[in-house]
Amino acid sequence: MDKKYICIICLIACVAMSGCRENITIISGEEEQHGVAQQTDITGFYLLNEGNMGSNKSTLDFYDFTTATYRRNIYAEANPNVPKELGDVGNDIQIYGNRLYAVINCSNKVEVLDARTCHRIGQIDVPNCRYLRFHEGYGYLTSYAGPVVINPNYEQIGYVAKFDTATLTLVDTCHVGFQPDGLEVVSGNIFVANSGGYMVPNYENTLSVIDLQTFNETQRIPIAVNLHRVSADKYGQLWVSSRGDYYTTPSRLYCINPLTRTITDSVETAVSNFCIVGDSLYFYATEWSYVSMQDSICYGIIDVKTHKILPQSFITDGTDKNIKKPYGIAVHPITREVYVTDAKNYVTPGMLHCYSPQGILQWSVRTGDIPAHFAFLTAKK
Amino acid sequence: MLCTKRLIVINMRLNHIVIIALLLCTTLVFAQTNGDTTLQNAADSIARLFDIDEIIVTAHKKDEPVIPVQRLEGQRLEGLSTQSVADAVRYFSGVQVKDYGGVGGLKTVDVRSMGTNHLGVFYDGIEIGNAQNGTVDLGKFSMDNIEEISLYNGQKSEIFQAAKDYGSAGTLYLKTRRPKFQDGKRYNLQLVMKAGTFGLANPSVLYEQKLTDNLHLSVNGEYTYAHGRYHFRYRKVLPDGTVAWDTTAVRQNGDVNAWRGEIGFFGYINEGKWHIKAYCYGSEKGIPGAIVNNVWTNSQRQWDRNAFVQGNFTKTFVKGYDFQVNAKYSNDWMRYLNPDTTLMYIDNAFTQQEIYLSMAHRLNALGKQSAFARMRTIPVNLDFSLSADYQWNYLQGNLANFVFPERNTVLLAAATQIYWKYIKAQASVLATFVHDKIHVPTLTTATATRQKPQFTPAVFLSYQPYLKEELYLRAFYKRIFRMPTFNDLYYTDMGNISLQPEYTTQYDGGIQYDKKWQRGVFRNISIKADGYFNQVKNKIVAIPKGNGQYRWMMMNYGYVEIRGCDVNLSTTLDLTHDVLLTVSAAYTYQKAQDFTSPEEITYGGQIAYVPWHSGSATANLQWHGLSFNYAFIYVGERYHNSANIPANHEQPWYTHDLTVAYELPLKSCRLHFAMEINNMLNQQYDIILNYPMPGINGKGIIKIII
Repeated sequence: MDKKYICIICLIACVAMSGCRENITIISGEEEQHGVAQQTDITGFYLLNEGNMGSNKSTLDFYDFTTATYRRNIYAEANPNVPKELGDVGNDIQIYGNRLYAVINCSNKVEVLDARTCHRIGQIDVPNCRYLRFHEGYGYLTSYAGPVVINPNYEQIGYVAKFDTATLTLVDTCHVGFQPDGLEVVSGNIFVANSGGYMVPNYENTLSVIDLQTFNETQRIPIAVNLHRVSADKYGQLWVSSRGDYYTTPSRLYCINPLTRTITDSVETAVSNFCIVGDSLYFYATEWSYVSMQDSICYGIIDVKTHKILPQSFITDGTDKNIKKPYGIAVHPITREVYVTDAKNYVTPGMLHCYSPQGILQWSVRTGDIPAHFAFLTAKK
Repeated sequence: MLCTKRLIVINMRLNHIVIIALLLCTTLVFAQTNGDTTLQNAADSIARLFDIDEIIVTAHKKDEPVIPVQRLEGQRLEGLSTQSVADAVRYFSGVQVKDYGGVGGLKTVDVRSMGTNHLGVFYDGIEIGNAQNGTVDLGKFSMDNIEEISLYNGQKSEIFQAAKDYGSAGTLYLKTRRPKFQDGKRYNLQLVMKAGTFGLANPSVLYEQKLTDNLHLSVNGEYTYAHGRYHFRYRKVLPDGTVAWDTTAVRQNGDVNAWRGEIGFFGYINEGKWHIKAYCYGSEKGIPGAIVNNVWTNSQRQWDRNAFVQGNFTKTFVKGYDFQVNAKYSNDWMRYLNPDTTLMYIDNAFTQQEIYLSMAHRLNALGKQSAFARMRTIPVNLDFSLSADYQWNYLQGNLANFVFPERNTVLLAAATQIYWKYIKAQASVLATFVHDKIHVPTLTTATATRQKPQFTPAVFLSYQPYLKEELYLRAFYKRIFRMPTFNDLYYTDMGNISLQPEYTTQYDGGIQYDKKWQRGVFRNISIKADGYFNQVKNKIVAIPKGNGQYRWMMMNYGYVEIRGCDVNLSTTLDLTHDVLLTVSAAYTYQKAQDFTSPEEITYGGQIAYVPWHSGSATANLQWHGLSFNYAFIYVGERYHNSANIPANHEQPWYTHDLTVAYELPLKSCRLHFAMEINNMLNQQYDIILNYPMPGINGKGIIKIII
């Protein structure tokens, strides 16, 4: 009789113990082999996963070309003592010198890491920060967060913050248009794409020009509504994408001459994201269609000399059909392999696909949530 | 019916004999007027009026609902530490409460994993609507004047009801207190003060007046203040068990300032009754928001004003024919403010209005109240009912490009109920007609859209194999849907006007056994178990669209299958020396799988926030005026996403709550004291990712009943 009770108590205790709350362990990175090892000056790339807003699930992945290994979620393992890990909604990633800078939008900071070990060096606090570029020891960072003014009809103007990469301190700010996104430093000026994304339906339509010497806005170039990304090619031309207003004005790509500050051309295609390597501008576009009630997606290459879309896309084997929601693009500057990410439904893990220069799918790997931004790491010289 | 009613009286004292006699008399009167269910209600409410702990009333088996019901009322409800309705609902099986933490935090309920939108919440018999987003924040409903909460899977086990009552996959009924007067008393006054952690101050007053013998008045007011601050702790360890990081902070911006006022008139007429009630609620609260890296406080705020007037009229016109009317007008205003200038400045206000009218008829075709009643040989009782509802909803908002949607809904329901020997069965069919109108700012005339008419059935069966044993086998099938809400259809830039309804199909089989003893330690035991299979088709989910900027589109996309079982046990023990112990336990197993896209990692995964195992246990010990109540809630491991990978894993959580109460009967009044300690082991947990819940907290209550 007693034995029976002891058995029952033990059983209940076992069940109860298995259902107990345990310590929450830091998630270790996961490693997978994909592709073939290659030896070039570029040793790998980082992929920043945004993570959905409020989830605090921005994570960092790394692909090592020398060993063909993909390591997922490496930040927490490299920096186990950082409370609440990398943060909420990564928005840009850049390598400058020996440091990796990750712009974490909803955590209001730029996380500064060692570019090779990923060990944390520090952070720069900038509220609602978006995109980052570097020039001569300084970082330039766009932010949506305007100055605080007590006025119910106040419209929040954005700014570009300038920080010293040696001290990681802010040195100056320059106000630009509403909700500035992409920026590029070219010919002694910073060109900033103002989106006006908070001002729906009164989007911004200008590109702000900031003089690097005085760090003052000198001009606004009207281009198109809701500008997003700016990037210069090797000929010094600026390529600017607009998102459109999602209703009647479609998304477009514009070519700007930064010296005359005029639009030299526009390409008749929607562009969500692009990446320039050599003479080729690799782009994809996802545009919502109210007719088919789904995104219409296209991929293509534009020759930056002729401004023409090449007849062949960078995906040629038909596997583009498997990409639900292209969200990030990068091209290997040496091998010209193309990397495209799929953000799926924004709340589940995404995918990264690698295509050969001929457009054939090489390998695919699961990433974090909303894989989006790339930074290539070069070998230490 | 009455002759078969049995009363078991435990530990009967002399004065209770009087009460029981009175109870019998009154039930007799009610029985004449309103059939079985009213009889049962009347008996229950009268029993509640007096010392319920001394009397256990059991109904005859025919009153046993066909449909599984879970109910919290009386002493058991009072013993539980519950500030809002959401806190009480946690003790039901098959239920998941999504609690964002704190006194003012959003609390929604999901029954059997079909989604929050599929639960209909009824306040004194009439549904609380939210045409805007379809969910009811149960955190807003105070427990102060709630006297009974019942949860039905499928629909309420009754056919004499409004068409709306057939219209949800699960229904939660909140019943407020109805005035009851002890012999010779013409008024009741109850003053309550609650105070506790989070800076909680919560006074309330209830006044009931017997205007005439047939007209009673009830006035009730309540104010709630809390600063809402509490410590929370996040901690992670390295694989070797050493602390990686450990941080404690104070939850900010969780303050709440809310008031509620209710006034009701209750009338009794020949062969019928009516009531009319006005309800007002106002609140201002902070939205504490998600805790993420580098962000430990938020500043968003929300204001709510809810007001409604509702009434019910029920009468038996001729024997065997009952009629009821329900009506409601509600006006709800909500304002959301994001004053943080580093983010998008948002100041949105919405006003929703609803008009609701309902008529229901019941005819007893065969049976006691029918024309054939004198032919005693007929062993069948057959009822028919027909109900028709009309509802109008209108939403105004100050968003850009807002379309001011308007909805006209007509619901028609036909139902029948039959008892035949050991079988009791109900069947119903609901027809729904929805007609929307939107006012596009650029167009001068309204655009009309019509949803396809929907016809949805439900069948319920109950079988009692042995007349002498209270053992029931039951099964039900129900197919129902939820209409896309105004936000789903018309929210600026995100709504999808071509959405179809989201369907649920439920199959349930269950068993129930009750046993009572007149002597010995065990006085009663009750076991209920149900197994079920649910499908959610055409699930309305947000799908990202276009290029970036977090743009979403609502789509009929998902498909979910739920396999589960709910088990409820309860027993009452009569220990020596007037000590009465009641123990109840509820356990739920659920496998709720996302079968939306076979090629995705989420295929077959457990859907977000649904634990495989969950349960609750309560124990209530009574000794004269003193009562101890212990409650345990357990939610097992879950994933916060249907991609069941380690990064999305959530640990189990469980809380232990203890309440001690003492009632002091004085000459002119009764004094009631209670102390509550919740989350006694100070567990630090999130129900929703990045929304920390409070650790150990407490509350003191003083109640004066005059």
